[in-house]
Amino acid sequence: MKRKSSRAAKAAKISKPALRRTKTRKYAPRAKTAAAPKPKVAFYWCSSCGGCEEAVVDLEENILEVTAAVDIVFWPCALDFKTEDVRALPDQSLAVAFINGAVRTSEQEEMVKLLRAKSQLVIAFGACAVQGGIPSLANLKDKESIITRAYREAESVVNPKGTLPQENTTLHGESLTIPRFYETVYTLADVIPVDYYLPGCPPTRSLLEDALHAILGNRLPARGAVLAPNHSLCKTCERNATKPDRLMIQDLKRIHQVAADPESCFLAQGLLCLGPATRDGCGQACIKANMPCTGCFGPLSHFDQGAKMLSALAGIFQAEGETAADHFAASVVDPAGTFYRYGVAASLLGGRRKERSHG
Amino acid sequence: MTEFTPKIVAFVCNWCAYGGADNAGSQKLEYPAAVKLIRVMCSGRVEPEMVMQAFRQGADGVMVLGCHPGDCHYRNGNMKALRRFRLFSRLLAQFGIHQDRFVFDWVAASEGKKFQTVATRLAAAVQKLGPLSLTGYVRQGEPS
Repeated sequence: MKRKSSRAAKAAKISKPALRRTKTRKYAPRAKTAAAPKPKVAFYWCSSCGGCEEAVVDLEENILEVTAAVDIVFWPCALDFKTEDVRALPDQSLAVAFINGAVRTSEQEEMVKLLRAKSQLVIAFGACAVQGGIPSLANLKDKESIITRAYREAESVVNPKGTLPQENTTLHGESLTIPRFYETVYTLADVIPVDYYLPGCPPTRSLLEDALHAILGNRLPARGAVLAPNHSLCKTCERNATKPDRLMIQDLKRIHQVAADPESCFLAQGLLCLGPATRDGCGQACIKANMPCTGCFGPLSHFDQGAKMLSALAGIFQAEGETAADHFAASVVDPAGTFYRYGVAASLLGGRRKERSHG
Repeated sequence: MTEFTPKIVAFVCNWCAYGGADNAGSQKLEYPAAVKLIRVMCSGRVEPEMVMQAFRQGADGVMVLGCHPGDCHYRNGNMKALRRFRLFSRLLAQFGIHQDRFVFDWVAASEGKKFQTVATRLAAAVQKLGPLSLTGYVRQGEPS
């Protein structure tokens, strides 16, 4: 038992000390004079749900420490600054821009390019910016079918004329232009160079705090790094101790079909948990709430999350024979949505990869 | 338009399918020159990631060939591969890659004829489908 808790403490290395540190840490003023300007920071959102904005707000009273150390000059979700204010800034005058959400529209592309020009550092914040996230599941469909579904077919839609949104509309002599909706969803790094990645749906409070401390304290790793540990979730999972030496699944179950045991390894229970193929650093919020990992932190460096998880899962499934293999294959209801829930845009097969003539 | 010559990657296991290809050769059974063999120790060693890389790097069709059930040199590597690639085929379809572009099958070391049949059938299917359009999901004219 004791061993287990020391292991857990080790696991929490990246989070717990960070929380404690923030209580006492005071940043030395950047320059000696009282009038020295504070580093400027921007937050921006693209195709996202707003959860990453919540993650910033979740800093709670610690956000006061952040605002004491930096000036937030742009944050559409919370503060009333305009695009023009950003345009007016000199290039490279922002210390860092945190950008969440995937890139789907021309407006988002324009804004992230603007922020790139104005910022010394750009951080892809959250699963959508890092790997495409939930929005990039749309890459499994084409643009036309998405628009038709959303504006004509959805059960909640009343659109008797079948009107679809147009980029340019003229009404009573006035013309209106809205941003272009791209064919595909892009990760942030597809569109602009990204300096650091903060994964997660959303990134945890402690990861964000650690990143802020690293930036302010000038203790950042080499550019291009993911600011989360490069090992799988299982390594620090408290349920790992319950995993049998030889993991075997007889039958794959879905979470709503069983009452999951709150202490034993989900995979050993026949529940699909993406822990083995997912990066650690989330603090295991889902596992602690008795929900298997769905993979929001994305893969470890240099592998394809979905391919690896598919491979691992098929490897531990026990039944042999062609019928059993078909039964197994059918038991994963939505393979792409399961193995690439947060990462179609960053996956090896990319998503928008349609047959030229055969759909 | 120049004629389309499909590129086909075949992952063949050392103990059976590679022998099958060899057997086809020694019997002078012709199979399409488009088929490029990659010998691996076991079909269970072929990760879905490798097949994805093959498609990504220009293959129009991919096949993974292993020992018949019960004949695996490593006891059950071929059965792991079977489960993997049955599920993987469904995944490929979701990503818009036609199911006829990927084949998982059994070829014994003595089955030169079967190797020829499987290879020829895949080549014909891919020929019919045309080149796989895998230029990446980043489209021309959008963010560069």
